[in-house]
Amino acid sequence: MSFVFLIFLPLLAALFIPLLFKKVGKIHTGWFVLIVPVILFIYYASLLPTTIAGGNLVSEFQWIPSLDIAFVAYIDGLSLLFTLLITGIGALVVLYSIFYLDKHREQLHNFYVYLLMFMTAMLGIVQSDHLITLYLFWELTSISSFLLIGYWYTRDRSRFGALKSMMITVFGGLMMLGGFVLLSIMGNTYSIRELIPQAPQLATHDFFIWALVLVLLGAFTKSAQFPFYIWLPDAMEAPTPVSAYLHSATMVKAGLYLVARLTPVFAISGTWMWLVAGVGLFTMFWGSFFALKQKDLKGILAFSTVSQLGLIMSLLGASAAGYHIDNIAETTFKYAGFAAIFHLINHAVFKGSLFMIAGIIDHETGTRDIRKLGGLMSLMPISFTVAMIGAFSMAGLPPFGGFLSKEMFLTAMLSLTEFDLFSMDVWGVLFPIVAWLGSVFTFIYSFYFVFHTFAGEHKPDQLPKPAHEAPIGMLISPVFLALLVIVIFFIPNIVGDWLVKPAVMAIQPFLYSSPGEVDVHVSAWHGFNTELFMTLGIFAVGGLMFWTLHKWQRSYDRFPDSVSLNALYDNLMFLSDTGANRFSKLYMTGFIRSYLVYMFSFVVIIVLGTLFLTEAFAYDVTNLAPIGFYEIVILIALIGSTLTILFSKSRLTAIIALGAVGYSVALFFVIFRAPDLALTQLVIETISVALFLLAFYHLPQISRKEERMRFRLGNAVIALGVGVTMTLVALSAHSQKFLPSISEFYKETVYSEAGGGNIVNVILVDYRGFDTLFEIAVLGIAGIGIITMIKLRLTKKEGQHENK
Amino acid sequence: MEIIMSVAIGFLFMAAVYLMLSKSLIRIIIGTGLLSHGAHLLLLTMGGLGGNSPPVVAEGVSVSDYADPLPQALILTAIVISFAVTSFFLVLAYRSYQELGTDNMDLLRGTEDYE
Repeated sequence: MSFVFLIFLPLLAALFIPLLFKKVGKIHTGWFVLIVPVILFIYYASLLPTTIAGGNLVSEFQWIPSLDIAFVAYIDGLSLLFTLLITGIGALVVLYSIFYLDKHREQLHNFYVYLLMFMTAMLGIVQSDHLITLYLFWELTSISSFLLIGYWYTRDRSRFGALKSMMITVFGGLMMLGGFVLLSIMGNTYSIRELIPQAPQLATHDFFIWALVLVLLGAFTKSAQFPFYIWLPDAMEAPTPVSAYLHSATMVKAGLYLVARLTPVFAISGTWMWLVAGVGLFTMFWGSFFALKQKDLKGILAFSTVSQLGLIMSLLGASAAGYHIDNIAETTFKYAGFAAIFHLINHAVFKGSLFMIAGIIDHETGTRDIRKLGGLMSLMPISFTVAMIGAFSMAGLPPFGGFLSKEMFLTAMLSLTEFDLFSMDVWGVLFPIVAWLGSVFTFIYSFYFVFHTFAGEHKPDQLPKPAHEAPIGMLISPVFLALLVIVIFFIPNIVGDWLVKPAVMAIQPFLYSSPGEVDVHVSAWHGFNTELFMTLGIFAVGGLMFWTLHKWQRSYDRFPDSVSLNALYDNLMFLSDTGANRFSKLYMTGFIRSYLVYMFSFVVIIVLGTLFLTEAFAYDVTNLAPIGFYEIVILIALIGSTLTILFSKSRLTAIIALGAVGYSVALFFVIFRAPDLALTQLVIETISVALFLLAFYHLPQISRKEERMRFRLGNAVIALGVGVTMTLVALSAHSQKFLPSISEFYKETVYSEAGGGNIVNVILVDYRGFDTLFEIAVLGIAGIGIITMIKLRLTKKEGQHENK
Repeated sequence: MEIIMSVAIGFLFMAAVYLMLSKSLIRIIIGTGLLSHGAHLLLLTMGGLGGNSPPVVAEGVSVSDYADPLPQALILTAIVISFAVTSFFLVLAYRSYQELGTDNMDLLRGTEDYE
């Protein structure tokens, strides 16, 4: 089956959404939308056996064959895992949104059209094998994310957040495109599958490091890594289903996907390893540290997402070590890739449920401010349970899925201290330390999120609405996800075999030839080792710090807002905005003369420049027509009347002189054997002069009082320039003829082909009939314009501006 | 002859541009008229001014004797279009003068706070 078309199924479904919303108002539009991800999920799940066996599927559809651009859907372990996340979480989020968004008050058609558009874009990213279509879908996610963040477009914060996310992710996307183009130049292909076997040759290329940095810029902006993460907290203005879907489970993971997908291409480089692992780990610490500063529930989750994405990113970076190790199965380096994918699944599951709970709290109490919340445990017991499961999994507590991947994360970070390339033997020791610190803060903010919301004192007077448990429909999705969190803890190896190992094979294709060779067995208990003591340390220190949180949380306020990354972004935006405005006002003067001056100057510069740079100027005195007496007389008349126009002070003189120029031109036509032209020119000139004289009565006298000498001198210089240019062009054009004229064809065939004697006429009505047709159209349009201007009047009404 | 014509064309263009850069609306319109005259002559000259007989099929005239018909066809189209444009300009000038009371281009640049 050509499953490449399934990528477009959501987009196709989106076409019907506005219709369904308008016509079937009784049923919430979300129910129709829900069908799409469910169908897709079931279909893609049926492909699982192929990838579990280590196979892959390709489906192709030509898009622009001449440029070698095609939609190529490539399904292997990695893309299938992401595909299932997108459709699976997508289905749950749509289900949740049905109860979150009111069908009477919200513009559901907009919402679901954007959401389905996003789904197509996201499926496109993870399945595309072609770099250019990958980029296309990549930008489409930025656009749909922009639309979804700005969904409540009447709010200032929404629009601000939407623009910010767009500016940053599109900047990254463009950089990434540059990287892709460099990759394609180096490897002479746009296909990722064809690039991977060339990796060793690519690494020696001059462009390699540039491609690497540019691609990483794309991945880091999308996956909200330091210092680009600042868009993600502002993106929380989106409706909560969107935050759960785009800004935690799927879109922000596109950067991780890209890094994972291109690991085989770049991993040989030490720069790659340092950048991905280093930036990831620093982001993990930074995000978790600042999560505790937040007062908004979704703000905490946003920073937590930044931190967790950093964690996965650092694991992907660490997995690059596998390329420099012989016999990886016997070392601890094998864990990094597995842990990255495993934690990615865990994070999608628990963070999805946490976002939905934050949405429920917002929905049922009217606020997300954690200072106003508290004591909701008894009022919202189910929400509390779900939140606790999600948060404990995030904190790395057993018996939840997050515990397993967190342990493996620590193992992977510890293994880096043993790595002896790229100065890791000196600096590698930093990795476990930063990882440990980040984990401590992760532990604290997880508890902060749950217990400052659900435990403590209930403050009903501060809540806009009396708090109560959410409707059952809204709880289905988070409860389901919370159950998954627990299930994953008990069957980690099934998850590992089905989803993780096939994906790891895609990240490290040189190391493994089948998923079964990924020799990682997950177990909750693995004896007393360093990881276990680190985990216990996290629990002890984290618990202690959470206990004393109220004493030290205020110290966050000491970080000044004016030197933050956000302030940098605001200033950059402000400066570029005002700067661009000022710059364009500099030349957009509003005077038509300025624009004409620009145009004429550029014509002169470009034409003269081309003439002399390409040595096109030629001067040929052979083959000239003889100079006759009549020609000279007419020429004198022409120049005389032109001069009269230039110096006349009366408009009547100018108009008559213009007529004289026209008649001289007509006489030229007579002499140069163009009878049709001469006739037409005579008629037209007569009408023109008549028209001028008609309008003349209504027009003002020519006045040149306001034109100063300097002004006129400037005009004269430009005019002279244009005149000289035209003379040179005319001379060169006459002096060299490279191609035979088509006129010969016309002359020879006019009678045999078109059956006419007057060659000019036949050209106009037969050979070039469309020219004449459009000429008549222009004439007609001008006529309509003239009649409109003369006949029609805007009726001025009281208090209404005419020009609005 | 072509050399002289080239100079004349340059002169026509120069006069046209000079007029178009001035502030008075009617001078601008006259300028566009001159510009189209210059363009027509340019087309004619570029094709070559030779040819002993008009491009109408006649007995006893060899193909090489006809004047070049292609520039003539182009000019014919151009004459009509330039007439349309000139008359449109004229009416536009007439109406805007009637409505706004000025033909000074500097005063016709919109309001001060245009953005």
